[in-house]
Amino acid sequence: MSGVLAERIGRPWKKPPLIKSAAWRWGLGIAALVYLVLAIGSIEVNWSRVYEGLERGWAFIVAFANPDFNSRASDITEGMIESVIITITSTVVGIAISIPIALGAAGNIAPMPVYLICRGIVALSRALNEIIVAILLVAIFGFGPLAGFLTLSFATIGFLSKLLAEDIENMDRSQAEAIKATGPSWLQWINYGVQPQVMPRLIGLSMYRLDINFRESAVLGLVGAGGIGATLNTAFDRYEFDTAAAILLIIIVTVMALEYLSGIIRARVQ
Amino acid sequence: MLRLEKLTKTYRTGDQALKAVDLDVPKGQVLALIGPSGAGKSTLIRSINRLVEPTSGKAWLGDVELTSLGGAGLRRERRRMGMIFQEYALVERLTVMENVLSGRLGYVGFWRSFLRRFPQSDVDEAFRLLDRVGLLAMADKRADELSGGQRQRVGIARALIQNPALLLVDEPTASLDPKTSRQIMRLICELCAERGLAAIINIHDVALAQMFVARVVGLRAGAIEFDGLPDGLTPEVLTTIYGEEDWQATIDKVDDEEDEAVA
Repeated sequence: MSGVLAERIGRPWKKPPLIKSAAWRWGLGIAALVYLVLAIGSIEVNWSRVYEGLERGWAFIVAFANPDFNSRASDITEGMIESVIITITSTVVGIAISIPIALGAAGNIAPMPVYLICRGIVALSRALNEIIVAILLVAIFGFGPLAGFLTLSFATIGFLSKLLAEDIENMDRSQAEAIKATGPSWLQWINYGVQPQVMPRLIGLSMYRLDINFRESAVLGLVGAGGIGATLNTAFDRYEFDTAAAILLIIIVTVMALEYLSGIIRARVQ
Repeated sequence: MLRLEKLTKTYRTGDQALKAVDLDVPKGQVLALIGPSGAGKSTLIRSINRLVEPTSGKAWLGDVELTSLGGAGLRRERRRMGMIFQEYALVERLTVMENVLSGRLGYVGFWRSFLRRFPQSDVDEAFRLLDRVGLLAMADKRADELSGGQRQRVGIARALIQNPALLLVDEPTASLDPKTSRQIMRLICELCAERGLAAIINIHDVALAQMFVARVVGLRAGAIEFDGLPDGLTPEVLTTIYGEEDWQATIDKVDDEEDEAVA
């Protein structure tokens, strides 16, 4: 038996800790705990204001028990149709623009200058929050669904290009190489060597984005970018909580239906 | 037919994978390239169709010098070099037929290939080749539904439908069982003989190489150590290629095993 082994035999084994130094390990833990206590202590709560708010909150919850779909039915329908149009158009346009950008943003197939430009576009789109873009575009194009459509198209580019580019970067190189060895043009190579590998992901992400765009279209209405969000905002402004509740229920049901649909589609395309 | 002149590849890391390799492959000759892992076998065949860009040296396919070709010229010459891969490298989500027809991409326009409307002569040839490799019934199956041996047969059909002058074959049997390995090697060699194709076959299995090919080239550390008939692979030669080991068993095996017919 070698010396190293003899030393090991008969002694228990433990997984090596993530942070080697015991002082650091304990120090970091205690520091985090102290910060947590201080942070909680620093929150100022105005209890009388909370008490007042509870009443309003309760009215809101009660309204949910009897949502009013009827008195503003035409407004709700109009808002929903607008939202659906915004969602579908922005998703379609966003995907169409995202695909070439994703090809450019995939480091394994794009030359360096193209890669940098496309990554730049992706970074810009992801850095700007939807609400901020919507406020800017409402200022430029005025209130209404056009601003919402443009905002969501722009946001879709950042989301889809980035994730699709990552899938392209993770593809099986040998399949693409084998196609390349047959002497195709660049587009043929993408169509045969790359596209089949990333298609399920593209479909899955597109469905997911459709879902997100619908939810976002409800939020964007609050800053004037049209859709069901605008209807919801109006309902709140008029203290019509029962109508607001009806709108929220419709949004929830629609999102759940989309979620269910995208689940089925994603399972099918594998 | 294929001529390499001082073909050299130095990777960016500074590793010299090929050290001024000279090689002449006449028309119709099937050549096995053996050597230890990392000897540069893969780099050598990929430097010929420039999936790897050689650092210096020249390569001629017939009268065409390959290393100086631009985009369009390279694509045209790649059509004349069919390639068969170690892990088959079929596009798994495409059908068997699409995989075979992808060998015609260099000959058809984008829209035809995009819409999968290949010329009737290509379609007929694809069916003939699938029949030849025994997979006619699998034409509409997805490639990932096939077994390893079947996939490699599709890979062979894809390479042949290019109507190549040369086959570049990279470890065709590395992921196959011994029996399937022999069938695949036999199929490749038969098809080369039928069509008068030259082939360079990278292979780990020395005994298998000896069984089927007319010429063996041994590569070590990017340089050719041996070039001759399969019978010339004595224990001394194998030691210079691979290093010290008891080689007798490897060589004896060739005589002991009997061949099975192609299933």
